[in-house]
Amino acid sequence: MNVVLTDPRAVAETVTDPELPTLTLADLGVLRDVRVVNGTVVVEITPTYSGCPAMGVMRADLLHALHEAGFPEVEVRTVLSPAWSTDWISEDGRRKLAEGGIAPPGKAPVRTTGPVPLQLGPSRRTAACPLCGSPDTEELSEFSSTACKALRRCRSCREPFEHVKEI
Amino acid sequence: MAHEETVYDALTNAHDDAGHWAFGTGFDEPLAGVDTTVPDGVDPAALGEYCLMLGDDALVLAQRLTQWVTAAPELEEEVAIANVALDLLGQARLLLARAGSVGVLGRSRDRATASIPDEDALAYFRDPDEFRHTALVEAPNGDFAQTMIRLLAASTVRLAVFARLRGSRDPVLAAIAAKGVNELAYHRDHAARWVLRLGDGTPESHRRAQAGADAVWPLLAETFAATDLELRLTEAGIAVDPSEVRDEVVGVLTEVLERATLRVPAWPADAPPRGRLGEHGPELAELLGTLQGLARQHPAATW
Repeated sequence: MNVVLTDPRAVAETVTDPELPTLTLADLGVLRDVRVVNGTVVVEITPTYSGCPAMGVMRADLLHALHEAGFPEVEVRTVLSPAWSTDWISEDGRRKLAEGGIAPPGKAPVRTTGPVPLQLGPSRRTAACPLCGSPDTEELSEFSSTACKALRRCRSCREPFEHVKEI
Repeated sequence: MAHEETVYDALTNAHDDAGHWAFGTGFDEPLAGVDTTVPDGVDPAALGEYCLMLGDDALVLAQRLTQWVTAAPELEEEVAIANVALDLLGQARLLLARAGSVGVLGRSRDRATASIPDEDALAYFRDPDEFRHTALVEAPNGDFAQTMIRLLAASTVRLAVFARLRGSRDPVLAAIAAKGVNELAYHRDHAARWVLRLGDGTPESHRRAQAGADAVWPLLAETFAATDLELRLTEAGIAVDPSEVRDEVVGVLTEVLERATLRVPAWPADAPPRGRLGEHGPELAELLGTLQGLARQHPAATW
């Protein structure tokens, strides 16, 4: 049975990501704001990547959860600015990623206003193997099953794993 | 299970009771809840045309890249190319939706039924002469080396433009650009690493990479040429004059090719803008035939 919650923010914070169901939208930093305006619950979410195909499902899940919890008037808005950053993933979210076999991101690059410097070498990022814990891992591809993850391999246990790449 | 069914219902009936249009790129309006007010003193029609230029660059390149799916040289690379294409498609959706939000829909609305969202009407129901991309993104892929050289060139240009566009007076364009910069940096660096591997690889990969560069370079002729509309909007603080990014683009491309032991082809003389004004080669009709054919045959299909 669902517990009936009266705080719409608490309800919205229970909604999970469609592709990473152990993480909530709040863990990911996708949920930006929940407030009540003239009796309507206004929820703001931000896409991780411009092409993230999960936004529609997130929107539907948020509407469903809030309707179920007794909030008939709900509006889910997209906010584009500031752009989502992996730095917004909570500590809890990082722990859940690692428990799910996905290496959490390091610190996102700081974007200044000038040109973006070219990076020709292998990426400088590192990630410990989420399966055996070894720091000795290598990057196979900067793009993996979703745009937000890179593909790596552990040189110790030889298992491939995904890594949420810094953005 | 019950919950999943409810979610499915919510998705399929998000817009109206008649079901969801069958060929849309997404289930939702990408600018839902975004303030789309046009800044003071800006001609909405010009802003919309500019969004089509940037949106069509992304849409057409995404379609070209997608042609590698099931044909890429290795599985990881296929996934990478598809991801790059998806990012570009996302940028295209936002930009076409922005064009639609200011009423710039060309003749697409004459052909698309009312229930089809603006972004989809623009993608599926415009004819070749209504597209506003440059020749750089339209040319056929060629082999893998040429594809990566073109991706390097196109993402370097787009990244340089978007980096400047972050300061646009149109908050929607500025936000799309700021988000796009993060994605395009990954695209450009990915392509650049491939160019290094291929150029500084085997004699055969070097030969192909050089041929790819020689084929792509002439496509840059109209890249830095601004249309009157871009100049007017640059003056108004909305757009970026593409001639401003020339030095940066030349610098990046030269650095990558030299490090890849490739000869930098002669830079083409500036040509007047053609693609931005709707003049395209015969390849576009073929590409759009694939992109649009099904939607045009069944314009009222829903699911």
